[in-house]
Amino acid sequence: MAKFEVPVLSEEPARDIPEIQAGVMAHSRPFLAKPEHNKPLGFPDALVDHWQEKALGRMGSLLKRFRSLRVFLDSCVKCGACTDKCHYFLGTGDPKNMPVARQDLLRSVYRRYFTLPGKSFGPFVGANDLTQETLEEWYTYFHQCSQCRRCSVFCPYGIDTAEISMAARDIMDHIGYGQKYCNEIITKVHKIGNNLGLPGPALADTLMGLEEDVHQETGHDVKFPLDVEGVDVLLITPSADFFAEPHVDGLVGYAKVFHQAGVSWTVSSYASEAANFGLFIGSYEQMYKVANRIRKAAYDLKVKRIIFGECGHAWRVAYSFLNTLAGPWDFLDKDYPVPQHIIEFTTDLIQRGGIKLDRSANENMVVTLHDSCNVARGARMGAVPGGQFTLPRDLIKACVPQYVDMHPDTINEKTFCCGGGGGLLTDDLMELRVKGAKPRVEALKQVMTQAGVTHLASLCAICKSQFTKILPYYDIEMDAVVSVHGLVSKAILLG
Amino acid sequence: MVLVNRHVRLLVFQNQRAVFEVVGGRSSDFRPPRVFCFLSIFSVRKRSAMSFVTVAYAVLFYVATVVFLVGFLKRVLQFASAPAPLKIPTMPAPLTRIGAAGRVTREVILFESLFRSDKWLWIFSVLFHMGLLLVLLRHARYFLSPDFLSPVWGAVWGAVVFIQPFGVYAAFAMLAGLVMLLVRRVVMVRPRYITNPSDILLLILLLGVALSGILMTFIVHTDIIALKQFFVSLFTLSFQPLPTDSLLLVHLFCVAVLMIVFPFSKLLHVPGVFFSPTRAQCDNAREKRHLANWAASMDAER
Repeated sequence: MAKFEVPVLSEEPARDIPEIQAGVMAHSRPFLAKPEHNKPLGFPDALVDHWQEKALGRMGSLLKRFRSLRVFLDSCVKCGACTDKCHYFLGTGDPKNMPVARQDLLRSVYRRYFTLPGKSFGPFVGANDLTQETLEEWYTYFHQCSQCRRCSVFCPYGIDTAEISMAARDIMDHIGYGQKYCNEIITKVHKIGNNLGLPGPALADTLMGLEEDVHQETGHDVKFPLDVEGVDVLLITPSADFFAEPHVDGLVGYAKVFHQAGVSWTVSSYASEAANFGLFIGSYEQMYKVANRIRKAAYDLKVKRIIFGECGHAWRVAYSFLNTLAGPWDFLDKDYPVPQHIIEFTTDLIQRGGIKLDRSANENMVVTLHDSCNVARGARMGAVPGGQFTLPRDLIKACVPQYVDMHPDTINEKTFCCGGGGGLLTDDLMELRVKGAKPRVEALKQVMTQAGVTHLASLCAICKSQFTKILPYYDIEMDAVVSVHGLVSKAILLG
Repeated sequence: MVLVNRHVRLLVFQNQRAVFEVVGGRSSDFRPPRVFCFLSIFSVRKRSAMSFVTVAYAVLFYVATVVFLVGFLKRVLQFASAPAPLKIPTMPAPLTRIGAAGRVTREVILFESLFRSDKWLWIFSVLFHMGLLLVLLRHARYFLSPDFLSPVWGAVWGAVVFIQPFGVYAAFAMLAGLVMLLVRRVVMVRPRYITNPSDILLLILLLGVALSGILMTFIVHTDIIALKQFFVSLFTLSFQPLPTDSLLLVHLFCVAVLMIVFPFSKLLHVPGVFFSPTRAQCDNAREKRHLANWAASMDAER
């Protein structure tokens, strides 16, 4: 099936650390952005003249803008605690996929041009010139980081490789050496309102089709409203929810929950996207622009609350950054957090008896949850720390007869990335995606064989797309992947 | 601008037993006030034929102290003044600033994250760092002097005296930790891959400090009274000769080099851990906007 070898799974999740094999992933790089992907974002068309100078200039200004960058570049002691924590290293064995080695690609240039010993002693103190070769390595290995932050959990100084790889991608964008997948998608959001480039009429058509499907299936008039003014809730959901499987089952689930709770809601065609790829390319400006589409939509539609659908990095941007980027939310109802996660909304309804669920609708299912990295380590749900772990589990347990957790070193804040996050969910990185999923699939296989798990629930559009695509490489059916609200959709009692 | 050293009190250390004696300012200790360090070196040399070693080490420690303090302060100011435009604590994170301060404190004292990540490395690091801390505290006796007139100062001195036996043996913990850290770095494949020559050099400098210190404590004693006189005299610009046994010179040289490289090297992890946004920030982004100055202007254009 593949032009590369699919990793052999180990019986012991998170314990199988490969020998290092220098350069085995040096060939893996995504397509470069073309001028038409760069121009709308204000980036140079292609690699500029004097790019070294400009790259260093950009690095200098990022150092002044982001405390995280300077502190992280200065503080690493090369202790090696992170070296066995990255799923891309565990899946490939390429030593440049060890978080510290990945950081060092940028750090060595920082040391060389921004510190005294680096200027004087060079490689002795880990400082290297910024050459064409360095740039190629940046492009290669900073696109083998899904910015999942697992390394930051284990670093004694909390050094977050995501911040480093975001800075590196931002520098590359500013010299015209950006990545096609991300830049093309952001261009579409600016122009059309979602990652897929799905225009308003197509969206209306899709939603109407869903209404008909649900009516046929349940006999209930569950609405999927678009651009309705004055409703209670603006739903911001990843555009994959409108058509991809199993994402769309989740969207049907949200709609049924709103319907049953009697809460009026709408989707916006202007801000029909929860994802914010500005995060992946480390661009505050792009992230700001995308986030403020949501502000404008909420304002124009005169809604009272904003609720986000199931999407990992979108929830990080929503929970941790949206208030800063697009707030203050003084025009919304102050009785509710802004924004809310659909899982917060649904679990709250269950507690208050607003909806009833019937586990037997999901009979014969044994479900486990894949904690999405950005939800687990970049955000929260509910009122207490760790709510992002308990709320989804509580909800799933209310929907299915049996729930089983995967190996403790692979869940909660120690969760492994699906292998496709951080702007890497593109076919030109297929080998990386399959190999990077190895630690997660190992843990999944273990509970499938030992505890009879049948389904993997996910609360992130990228995870769902990634798993449906790569699980077959490991002989797991793509149908094993379900949306959390897909389970709700089946179990909820309408009427 | 009058600097008088008449009140310098010296610690007398006899027969390796903790016998302390307060020595008042004697007329023979008195030196005329001086303004410039350079001039004072000059004048001391003329009078007591100060050795080259003493002058070299005096200059070395002045330079090391200035470089360390200025460099360290500059870096801390850079850390503190760089904005943190977005909330990026590694979740789950404490909800309040006090909670976040507790998290940082646990990182600093218990190495909490390292414990989660690598138990052996945690043991080696704790041995080294806690050993170093006790050893450093013990060394306060070579700079401070007892003054029983002030109760606060008396308590400080009491603590310095109390810590002595712990500090003496902590040196072995420090040494063991350093040896294991070095062995690990050279032998294990992944740490070796990420090691630069400077990483080894820093460990060797620290090993030099620990080994020479242990040898001087237990085997080849140096003239500790003269040493203390030398260091106290650096504060008062009245230079006293430095003992010239080679162990002491190696010990002090390594210390001075470490002080000089501190603000330019990975030793910056010491202030860095306090400024790391993933640890020091609290989780309140949904309740509170967190706008950096450079980003605030963008709001006007939307």
